[in-house]
Amino acid sequence: MINTMECAMDAQSLISISLRKIHNSRTQRGGIKLHKNLLVSYVLRNAKQFYMNEKYAEIYRMQQYEEVMTVCNEIQELNPLDLAEDIAEASGDCCSQGAGSPLLMEPASVCCALPASNHSAHTPQQQLQAPAACSAAAALALQNEEVCKETNSVFFRSCCAEAYPVTDCDFSSLSAVHCNKTTVLDLDTHVVTTVESGYLHQDCCAVPCQGAQAPAKKRKFDFGCYATESEEVPDFTPCKRARFEDFYCPHSEQLDTSNISNLISIFGSGFTGLVSRQADSEFSLNGQFCSKQTLASLGAWTRAIVAF
Amino acid sequence: MLLVEDGLGICVVHLSPLSLSLSLSLSLSGAGGGGNDVQWCFSQVKGAIDDDVAEADIISTVEFNHSGELLATGDKGGRVVIFQQEPENKSQPQCRGEYNVYSTFQSHEPEFDYLKSLEIEEKINKIRWLPQKNAAQFLLSTNDKTIKLWKISERDKRPEGYNLKEEDGRYRDPTTVTTLRVPVFRPMDLMVEASPRRVFANAHTYHINSISVNSDYETYLSADDLRVNLWHLEITDRSFNIVDIKPANMEELTEVITAAEFHPNQCNTFVYSSSKGTIRLCDMRESALCDKHSKLFEEPEDPSNRSFFSEIISSISDVKFSHNGRYMMTRDYLSVKIWDLNMESRPVETYQVHEYLRSKLCSLYENDCIFDKFECCWNGNDNVVMTGSYNNFFRMFDRGQKKDVTLEASRESSKPRAVLKPRKVSAGGKRKKDEISVDSLDFNKKILHTAWHPQENIIAVATTNNLYIFQDKLN
Repeated sequence: MINTMECAMDAQSLISISLRKIHNSRTQRGGIKLHKNLLVSYVLRNAKQFYMNEKYAEIYRMQQYEEVMTVCNEIQELNPLDLAEDIAEASGDCCSQGAGSPLLMEPASVCCALPASNHSAHTPQQQLQAPAACSAAAALALQNEEVCKETNSVFFRSCCAEAYPVTDCDFSSLSAVHCNKTTVLDLDTHVVTTVESGYLHQDCCAVPCQGAQAPAKKRKFDFGCYATESEEVPDFTPCKRARFEDFYCPHSEQLDTSNISNLISIFGSGFTGLVSRQADSEFSLNGQFCSKQTLASLGAWTRAIVAF
Repeated sequence: MLLVEDGLGICVVHLSPLSLSLSLSLSLSGAGGGGNDVQWCFSQVKGAIDDDVAEADIISTVEFNHSGELLATGDKGGRVVIFQQEPENKSQPQCRGEYNVYSTFQSHEPEFDYLKSLEIEEKINKIRWLPQKNAAQFLLSTNDKTIKLWKISERDKRPEGYNLKEEDGRYRDPTTVTTLRVPVFRPMDLMVEASPRRVFANAHTYHINSISVNSDYETYLSADDLRVNLWHLEITDRSFNIVDIKPANMEELTEVITAAEFHPNQCNTFVYSSSKGTIRLCDMRESALCDKHSKLFEEPEDPSNRSFFSEIISSISDVKFSHNGRYMMTRDYLSVKIWDLNMESRPVETYQVHEYLRSKLCSLYENDCIFDKFECCWNGNDNVVMTGSYNNFFRMFDRGQKKDVTLEASRESSKPRAVLKPRKVSAGGKRKKDEISVDSLDFNKKILHTAWHPQENIIAVATTNNLYIFQDKLN
């Protein structure tokens, strides 16, 4: 890891200083000094790499925030009081299970780390309305992933649900509070399913869901399909998500589960791809850290990528 | 026996219980040289006193000749000044002779390359003496593009009594000549003349950083950023290219040559250092083009020290063989490394010159100090090495006794035969008395060039525009 503690300047200042040096060297007496300009270009490269890594890391953190935030917003719409109890229990479960099976080890550590990373985000706008709830919610998501690792879709239960045979997951730990509405977020397909009074409303849900029909493909970029098909439009922030995905997948028109996995693998390899191109081990550490953190939250079937 | 330590060093006090007499034996630590502990004393300083430094007077190279009798300096204005040591005064055998100006001449002038619209600086990058073969002295001096061979000769007699010329040189009217005489040589005031005997030009596209005379005394090499050329001292219109690291596509350039030197004894061997911190040893017998090295000296980078500036501080600014040819020394921004020619994996010794600067690299990058190219030198016995630092400090490392000392070249300590007091920089925290904190170092006062007499403990240290000469104290 580049030791920036000693550097009073941030990467951006270094970049501008370096560019200024290169520019000034053109007018220096005696002609352009090849050696000095080569060294300046190395500083430029190092600063740029560092800056880009920080940016990627920040975007990932923001992405996690947004995912959790959108879910939290939905939770809070439904039943804030029930939520608090439920979440407290669930978060307790999650972290306490950290020492259990090896499968749970990683997400538990990540989930406990997540709140920390959330707090370290740079943008002040990311004020979590219910930070405890959100981090616990994320923790919950992770726990559920682990249990549901065999299915392709992972469902996030905001509160207890009556038995809906949508997955084989065991949600027994959550069945403490009764409510008549369930919102489910599929973290793989990013489909939100609202279940109300025993009836399943699924808007553009993923394939494993029962009654799935609307094209999940349109899901990423057109959240409008939501609104047309259900009144229970969750308060997503579609623009933020789309922007994120646009950033990493600007040319992809259609997104389905396979494309999502591609995105993840692209991102995972993109990080280390950056690294291997420059052959700098410290950035490899940085890259792996960031990608690991995010990838771990994205589903059990991405574990292979995390492993490398 | 008591060991007493004060600011100057360690004092061994012998107490004889019988007679209660004290016999003091002073052993001053911290000054290197020659196996015995040396005290360095101020001898002379050359150059203007005022602080307003003209850029042309900035000293850019310092070099003793092979006997040590002559000391040459080159400056940014293209001038070469040669000092000669006075013969030892027989009435005062303790005092070594002083160095006085022997010759001054303009070696290089500013030039303009019209084809590339580039101005070529007249700054003297390096001076190298040739071994003396006759009464005259020869040296090579180089700027960025052109190397010149200068002959420095003395004239202390002149012919007088020409028949056709007056003494002032005017021609006489032949009709007025009535008698003939034979001109005779009469003594005159010593005159030292410098004349350019060879000009080796147009062989380097990039800036020349090194020249080195071969031990065969017939050839020499010159190195620029990407190429090393081999010359014959008698032939100026051609040279052989022996190293070329220019990539086919300049965008793929990753390193440049920073210094090159011939082995002191083996006329087929030379080394060149790179900006990546590696040194390559080449054998000219292997092939005509020595792109493929015989040995590669490289120390793996310490990953915990990685920073934005790792590449800059690992760039080697100077490489020097030891006199015996068994070792070589390299200087990078923060340290001096001694390499055994038989071991390529890592240096045998590493000395930190100013490690306290590691946390200041950002500001040193901003003010360009991080690009300063410090040189280094060996003493005659190869057991002490010396290099410069900031604040007009210079450092000596005694390899045998594992001691190092920091001394200062300043006008304040310039009283005749005044002993130099060791200096100390406090890295942080509590600053002791007489110590200097890192933040109060003057980074404009840098010692880049130093030279050590080949036989004696006499050193020449160049500050920005002054040349200091120090000698060891003779008792």
